[in-house]
Amino acid sequence: MPRSRRVVVTLVALAALLAVPALSLTAGQPFYIDLFTRIMVFAIAALSLDLILGYGGMVSFGHAAYLGIGAYAVGMLSFHGIGNGFVHFGVAILASALTALVIGFISLRTSGVHFIMITLAFAQMLYFLAESLNLYGGDDGLNIARASSFGGSIDLGDPVERYYFVFLWLLAFLYLGHRLVHSRFGLLLQGVKSNERRMAAIGFPTLRYKLAGFVIAGTVCGVAGALYANALLFVSPSIMHWTRSGEIMMMVILGGMATLTGPVLGAALYLILESVLPRATEHWQAILGPILVLVVLFSKSGLLGLLADGVKRRSGARA
Amino acid sequence: MINALEQVLNGTQFGVMLFLMAAGLTLVFGIMNLINLAHGALYMIGAYVAAWTFGATGSFLLALVAAIAAALLLGVAIEVIVFRRLYARDHLDQVLATFGLILFFDEMVRVIWGATALYMSVPAFLSGRVELLPGVPYPTYRLAIIAVGLLVALLLYLVIGKTRIGMLIRAGASNRVMVGALGVNVVLLYTLVFALGAALAALAGAMAGPIFTVEAGMGENVLILAFVVIVIGGIGSIRGAFVAALLVGIVDAVGRAFLRPLLALLMSHAAADAAGPALASMLIYILMAAVLFVRPQGLFPPRGR
Repeated sequence: MPRSRRVVVTLVALAALLAVPALSLTAGQPFYIDLFTRIMVFAIAALSLDLILGYGGMVSFGHAAYLGIGAYAVGMLSFHGIGNGFVHFGVAILASALTALVIGFISLRTSGVHFIMITLAFAQMLYFLAESLNLYGGDDGLNIARASSFGGSIDLGDPVERYYFVFLWLLAFLYLGHRLVHSRFGLLLQGVKSNERRMAAIGFPTLRYKLAGFVIAGTVCGVAGALYANALLFVSPSIMHWTRSGEIMMMVILGGMATLTGPVLGAALYLILESVLPRATEHWQAILGPILVLVVLFSKSGLLGLLADGVKRRSGARA
Repeated sequence: MINALEQVLNGTQFGVMLFLMAAGLTLVFGIMNLINLAHGALYMIGAYVAAWTFGATGSFLLALVAAIAAALLLGVAIEVIVFRRLYARDHLDQVLATFGLILFFDEMVRVIWGATALYMSVPAFLSGRVELLPGVPYPTYRLAIIAVGLLVALLLYLVIGKTRIGMLIRAGASNRVMVGALGVNVVLLYTLVFALGAALAALAGAMAGPIFTVEAGMGENVLILAFVVIVIGGIGSIRGAFVAALLVGIVDAVGRAFLRPLLALLMSHAAADAAGPALASMLIYILMAAVLFVRPQGLFPPRGR
């Protein structure tokens, strides 16, 4: 895939995101600000999953767990009257990192199907744990009285300020991801993906590198969870439902695995479909499902691949 | 003690239903190397068709037959249309494509039967209670489920252990490439195994109808548990699936019933009330993580791999 075109797609996407609040306010449709806030939150979650899924080859089927931990960190702290945003995000980061460390430490001993299933099992444990926390609303979820407060510098209660706050996080993680993927560590991770045995034979402690990648991904997703809690001002166990993990995975695939812009595009595509299709028919999932099947069967490089390569090049390359 | 017997029976009943689900899943997984998240959809279709047929005709046996027939047809159709293209793909693609199928089938069920749940009553000839021990009545229907489940397990054991088809299935679970190289019609074998799994899932779904509500998405919770079962049991092993299904079913039922009173002995009642249910619903996942930690291949991994 030509690098230059990928960069162009990335810049266009970011410029479009930058312009969303102004455009939707002019059009009198503030609803789009919230939609795109959600898109960016899931873009961060999908990006974090892609770090281990696309670059590291670790098919984690429990990624929504970290989304839940980040969101519950914000929800529980403000439930106890702590509204400081630095504390919220600090705890979200620490808690998700720690959880990822424990889950990764155990799960990474297995591989293949077993890894998929054990990560799913851990996410299910956390899901049921959240469901049984009656103090924090249990199954019904927890309303968050106020968004995280960062003194007077930024007001997350305001949709536009919240939007740009999430945008900055997304930008930061895209940059971080870019540095990470092109670092020695990132190359090692990709090496482990293509042939772990060989990497181990050369003398790299592959488990340690995979675990580090797993923790980084979990932590970034934890931040996405904290942002999600702020966007919804509500958190419930359904945020960690296993279908949510499937959705995040779907975003990565739809957009393009092992790329940084791909997950962002995938999150946008998935959530836009999810908000547009119901207007056409109440049975929109009957349309979305087959679309997903077709994408998996016939497109390996996702939306980013389509955009960057162009239709003509693709058909040529396929033949 | 009486309560304990009842919980063990409840667990066994849930366990044999999990086994019916897990048997197909583990074969498809072990032989075709395919992760089929849509297996729960076949369970759901089975429940819907059974509930609908039972409502329309009043015959429970007819409902069972219709459910199995519908799942057989549907199973073969999705095997031919979608799954054949997925066997050679990696697990990630399989997870995603079958996830898409779940969305599709859950919605199609709503299109056909409406968004409200269907109810299916226990058939009259199984509606009573049987006195197992003096003073311990137990619902006949649940006993019947246990009986059917054990019977199917026995049949599967005989088919897989003693017949030629079963030999091919076992060989496929151990080394599918070699089976193909020896001239077995692998494509046909795959379809056959898949159809068998679909029929078992539909049977489980049809029998679950009177116990759980018949609604879209009902297959997913059972599906996740069935995956837990086959991973604990060792992927590709019917015997493992049987042992693990009973283990999971009983651990779940007994945990839900006795964990809270047990914890109340150790800590305050308020703490036990909070921790008991939480721990009980996490218990089988903890069991699975523990088993995988100690034996990454499960309890009974198929030999020859």
